[in-house]
Amino acid sequence: MSIKGRIHSIETMGTVDGPGIRYVVFMQGCPLRCIFCHNRDAWDPKGGREATVDELVEDINKYRYFLQRSGGGVTATGGEPVLQAEFTKELFTKVKEMGLNTAMDTSGFVDVDQVEDLLKVTDLVLLSIKHVVEEKHREITGVGTRKILAFLNHLREIGKPVWIRYVIIPGYTDDPKDLERLAIMLKDYNNIELVEILPYHDMGAYKWEELGYEYPLKGVPVPTSEEVDKAKEVFAKHGLPIELKNN
Amino acid sequence: MYAWRGFSDGHWRTEIDVREFIQQNYKPYEGDDAFLAGPSERTKKLWEKTSRLLQEETKRGGTLDIDTKTVSTITSHAPGYIEKDLEVIVGLQTDEPLKRAIMPFGGIRMVKNACDAYGYKLDPEVEKVFNEYRKTHNQGVFDAYTPEIRRARSAGIITGLPDAYGRGRIIGDYRRVPLYGVDRLIEDKKRQMALLETAWMEDEIIRQREETTEQINALEALKVMAQSYGYDISRPARNAFEAVQWLYFAFLGAVKEQNGAAMSLGRVSTFLDIYIERDLAEGTITEEEAQELIDQFVIKLRLVRFLRTPEYNELFSGDPTWVSEAIGGMGLDGRTLVTKNSFRFLHTLTNLGPAPEPNMTVLWSQALPENFKKFCAKMSIQTSSIQYENDDLMRPMWGDDYSIACCVSAMRTGKQMQFFGARANLAKALLYAINGGRDEISGVQVTPQFKPITSEYLDYDEVMERFDQVMEWLARVYINALNIIHYMHDKYCYEALEMALHDMEILRTMACGIAGLSVVVDSLSAIKYAKVKPIRNGEGLAVDFEIEGEFPMFGNNDDRVDQIAVDLVENFMRKLRKQKTYRNSIPTLSILTITSNVVYGKKTGNTPDGRKAGEPFAPGANPMHGRDKKGAIASLSSVAKLPYRYAEDGISYTFSIVPKALGRDLDSRINNLVALLDGYFHKKGHHMNVNVFERETLLDAMEHPEKYPQLTIRVSGYAVNFIKLTREQQEDVIRRTFFEGV
Repeated sequence: MSIKGRIHSIETMGTVDGPGIRYVVFMQGCPLRCIFCHNRDAWDPKGGREATVDELVEDINKYRYFLQRSGGGVTATGGEPVLQAEFTKELFTKVKEMGLNTAMDTSGFVDVDQVEDLLKVTDLVLLSIKHVVEEKHREITGVGTRKILAFLNHLREIGKPVWIRYVIIPGYTDDPKDLERLAIMLKDYNNIELVEILPYHDMGAYKWEELGYEYPLKGVPVPTSEEVDKAKEVFAKHGLPIELKNN
Repeated sequence: MYAWRGFSDGHWRTEIDVREFIQQNYKPYEGDDAFLAGPSERTKKLWEKTSRLLQEETKRGGTLDIDTKTVSTITSHAPGYIEKDLEVIVGLQTDEPLKRAIMPFGGIRMVKNACDAYGYKLDPEVEKVFNEYRKTHNQGVFDAYTPEIRRARSAGIITGLPDAYGRGRIIGDYRRVPLYGVDRLIEDKKRQMALLETAWMEDEIIRQREETTEQINALEALKVMAQSYGYDISRPARNAFEAVQWLYFAFLGAVKEQNGAAMSLGRVSTFLDIYIERDLAEGTITEEEAQELIDQFVIKLRLVRFLRTPEYNELFSGDPTWVSEAIGGMGLDGRTLVTKNSFRFLHTLTNLGPAPEPNMTVLWSQALPENFKKFCAKMSIQTSSIQYENDDLMRPMWGDDYSIACCVSAMRTGKQMQFFGARANLAKALLYAINGGRDEISGVQVTPQFKPITSEYLDYDEVMERFDQVMEWLARVYINALNIIHYMHDKYCYEALEMALHDMEILRTMACGIAGLSVVVDSLSAIKYAKVKPIRNGEGLAVDFEIEGEFPMFGNNDDRVDQIAVDLVENFMRKLRKQKTYRNSIPTLSILTITSNVVYGKKTGNTPDGRKAGEPFAPGANPMHGRDKKGAIASLSSVAKLPYRYAEDGISYTFSIVPKALGRDLDSRINNLVALLDGYFHKKGHHMNVNVFERETLLDAMEHPEKYPQLTIRVSGYAVNFIKLTREQQEDVIRRTFFEGV
């Protein structure tokens, strides 16, 4: 019997969530309540649709040639893949058997012992850090940073490659002092291959409204490319990789 | 012979055989683009001047000038120049750049309307001659059309037919002129005439004798035209410059003689590379000079113009000429046909900036050199000016010296031609199946009367049975119309020069097409998997549909619906194959709309897939926009299932993506695009247009066209200058699926 999970949707041509072309599985359910979430409809763990690992593997197989040829693979995102760690582990195990690489896009809000097996079949972790300051992190996501830092420490211990993602939201996450603090903290992690600074966008706002909620960041502007570049410089200054080294 | 010094001793020396000449003499190139040179000073100045003329043309509503007096022939006009001192390759269609010629043999009304539309007056003498003394193709066709064909035509179930304009899609093997010289080609044609001295003069022999004589006359005229520019092309070309110039004269003769819908160039870049390599080895040319030849040749190709009416532009928008050049591909012996000159041709997009013409068509194979693949991907990302076609799919059928006519139609160069047949509107045919053959908009009984469907909900089996009957009728009427059209075109508007550059015995195809594939397929899926209730008007015509429930849609790689598409294509093709065709041509089918998807949509009522009356169809074989929910690769995987064996005239897919959805930086975008093309063609997809740009750019270009004189985008099967599209078509392009990702 193939293990079942709940998924939100599939994207057959992801190109930003890991190397190459990626088959992206959006998992359903998330423990965080990020005010800038662009997949608001992926929060409810009972939402989405049920899917089995075998069903996904069969579908992925149809795209294998594209994924392999581009040096890509499968990315689990969401929602939050670690909420369905067992399912994701099974999926990744089979994906690796197909000769494809695996990436997991997570908030890191999880007890390490729950994902140890999952990490064994995960080639790359995309860790989205929302804020470096505990109370601001709580304000933005509804949860604290303790578990997330423990998770990041664990990734370093096991030598797991990580891409850090950080979203610049004007007035929320762009204070130069906070960026500086985060950069200094991340400097100690030699397993970080990339620090990706992303501009906040409001393309997911309509989903909040469709579900009958008010969009928390209504009226907040998207950052200019200069603002994003300035943030990038802070990390570059500390020797963190803000661009991916090719090959 | 001096002209052939250093070339192989082969069969090609005694028989006209360009392919063998190429195979024995070309040098495959597997390196990268580092050797390429920038534009020469002369080229830069010439292109600046040309750009100003092009902008002036746009300002004047799309037509710079018309010669309303001189009927265009190969020798009709005195030599024309842009600026003589800057021109390395010479020759224009008329005595001035961008001045359009009149070509009334296809139809005098079209010429008159076009002159009127642009504020010119057609010379009364010309009008009189072609109305009173010299019959045209258009007149011939309408003399013979049956009432049934006329009904089908005015209802818009068969449209865009080349019954009032030149059919085009014939490619002369222009390479023969530089390789052999015109005298040798005339000699060959005379030998053919002797073979046609048979005991009995029957229709086909008489026709062939007349045509061959016309071909010889056209070749003689070609020499005269070249002589007016000071060149003697009776003999073969002796160096790279002459090879390019001779070849261009041959092509120029064709576009002076014929206003064909598509006047494609063929497959010339690797052929010309042989001459360039010889000159490079002899030390008589530098890389800069080689690039200059190609840049200047391409400038001339960008200036090809035909006088056309605004209605014509609704079908084929943006003033296209389809000077398609097939680049790359693999040889039957496993060597790549990519040469340095394949790079040089594509490099003109950098040296001169992007442009829709010549229609750069890369013949893609899994086995192409990796460096060339990457270079193509880079050029696509930077210019959106390239289309790709599956060489691994076509080579086994057409060999390794085929060209692409127009957009997607493969034909063996100099050995094969097609009778272009526009397309049938299958979405309308489905509505006829439901309505007993009455048109959903006009209420006119178009097909022979049969019982309409009267049930409350549509039953899939019942609809399919009626649909099959309608397609049976449609295939017959369609081929009948094409038979009449091409009979008359051969008679009144024969392409003498283009056919002079063909073998004596050629393969002819009857190239039919369909529009509205994804609309029909989704409609049938809705009827099969959901419940569809027709809403009937007072006369009992189903004019709208209510859909209850979900149904799988084309473009999600879901076999439940994709198989409907495959079955439909195969079924319609089988019906076409049953028909009797003019000159025993072989029926083929394309799934290609160019920009006519907008016009066809306008003429078609509400459809059972939920599409509203008047809304455009998807272009070519594309899924309807917004219905492909699983991303780009699922979408193109659906299209790749359509069987090329049943659509040998080509299956067009247009892929548009914003840069950041293709990858995070240029290197990864190149990597991903190469993988995408490899993957699509590995799955046996046939054709792909690649567009890479921001939606905002297009929106801005709609408001400020003057800022984007060279913005080029790929539409079904061709490239077009975005600012030359009608507003409606611009909106259609923008509305269509852009894969954006998040």
